[in-house]
Amino acid sequence: MTSPIIQIRQLQKRFAANGADIVALQDADLDIAPGEFVTLVGASGCGKSTLLRIVGGLEPASGGSVSVDGVPIAGPGIDRAMVFQHYSLYPWLTVTENITFCRQLKVHRDVSTLSDVESAEGRADALVRLMGLSHVADAYPNQLSGGMQQRVAIARALMARPRILLMDEPFGALDAQTREVMHDLILHVSILEKTTVLFVTHDVEEAIYLAHRVVLMAPRPGHIAAVHTVPLQDHRDQDMKQTPGFIALKKQILAGIRETSGMQTNYELLERLGQNPAP
Amino acid sequence: MTVNLIPRRPLWAIRGSLDRRIHWLIACCGLLLVLLAWWLASTGGAVDPVFLPTPPLVLNSAWEWLHDGDLLGDIAISVYRVVAGFLLSAVLALPLGVLVGTYAPVKALFEPLTDFIRYMPAAAFIPLVMLWVGIDEGAKIAIIFIGTFFQMLLMIAEDVRRVPMEQIEAAQTMGADRDEIVMRVIMPSAKPAILDTLRVTMGWAWTYLVVAELVAANSGLGFAVLKAQRFLQTDKIFAGIILIGLFGLATDQCFRWAHRRSFPWLYRR
Repeated sequence: MTSPIIQIRQLQKRFAANGADIVALQDADLDIAPGEFVTLVGASGCGKSTLLRIVGGLEPASGGSVSVDGVPIAGPGIDRAMVFQHYSLYPWLTVTENITFCRQLKVHRDVSTLSDVESAEGRADALVRLMGLSHVADAYPNQLSGGMQQRVAIARALMARPRILLMDEPFGALDAQTREVMHDLILHVSILEKTTVLFVTHDVEEAIYLAHRVVLMAPRPGHIAAVHTVPLQDHRDQDMKQTPGFIALKKQILAGIRETSGMQTNYELLERLGQNPAP
Repeated sequence: MTVNLIPRRPLWAIRGSLDRRIHWLIACCGLLLVLLAWWLASTGGAVDPVFLPTPPLVLNSAWEWLHDGDLLGDIAISVYRVVAGFLLSAVLALPLGVLVGTYAPVKALFEPLTDFIRYMPAAAFIPLVMLWVGIDEGAKIAIIFIGTFFQMLLMIAEDVRRVPMEQIEAAQTMGADRDEIVMRVIMPSAKPAILDTLRVTMGWAWTYLVVAELVAANSGLGFAVLKAQRFLQTDKIFAGIILIGLFGLATDQCFRWAHRRSFPWLYRR
């Protein structure tokens, strides 16, 4: 493996809630290679979103470290863009203005030469076309469907050429058909842009379909339980979901989540209810 | 026989909406109903006109006020007091509210204090205001300020707090610094809610007018109502109250219009 772009070492997150000390994340270790697509799955409370938010610099860790290219992170940075599940677009800006929002910020403005400006305009145009947003470029976000809104959010995150894209259940609120379209789109873009992606989801099929590696996390305390390498070639298509390798991995991961979720079906009780049906 | 192909919108759907024309028709009915009830109750002879003057009497009183009195002067001075008190509140509450809603230390410093003061009745401050500010225009403006500022501050802070965290965090991961987040995300995001808050508090400023003109006033709509009260001129009391209501309604509509003009994205679907 080439030297990792993200190094997570002994990462810990604790917080106090109602006087109790809660361990949201314990001793997480993970290396992510440049260009790699890694998904995080697990039962709720397993710390997958916490891990992502710490890498994004949006939450401080209680212990351990996250390094990008060997440099420990301190807060958010333009090398790590984040895509949220919803509510992150700016409703007062049009689609194009949302995508070019980062151009208004000092960090991007200070170095602007004429050619920078030109290349930024070109990039904004290219992103609009790539994401299939040309016909709504001047619309406001609340005029768009949920799927279109997430396209804008992804384009906006990519605008500043981040090396790492952090995605927190970005397709969680979309319907199944839209989600499949978005899967192929994000795969395409991540290969094209050579972006490293860290992607949190609760959908195991989505996790396998997108990723080179699936990280299975477990709760109480939140920790990394297993890392599965996906036995599929880089170029994915929807038919791969029917292959034995895909199905076997899906079963294995689902079993892992069930085991650790602490929620079990009480078959005995179900059977008794069945014998005494309600009047 | 013709068949209507366009289905009528059901009037009684839960959270339904009305055709614009039907909406205004019903709204006018509501107003006319009250007017009619008033007319019937007052002209029947059952009630003494001192208790309930007839609508023509009230109109006549307003007419006399305009001709023999100084209605326009009263309106001007009252509008001035309300607007000045309101603007003073807004100028202070806006930046402070944004800070209270954004930074925890500012919130800790001001919010409990404001919560405490806002329960104090503005009218009870009259003697203090007279001692501190005197009895001229400043005193009336001060009363309206006391009546609106503290509520406005808390409401603006709440508007700012309702900006989705995702909008702020997205800006952070795009490299925005603190000032940029306040100016380029929090402010534009909270602006529509803040304008609504200003609209609501402007209404309260009008309701404090009579209280404000209790302070050694000799002009103004509120003062006129108070003076009419002394001489039991119920028709003029009615005229004054209705005029204050109309001005309140007019400013409210101006704010709504400004809202539609300033934030077109909220009205497009």
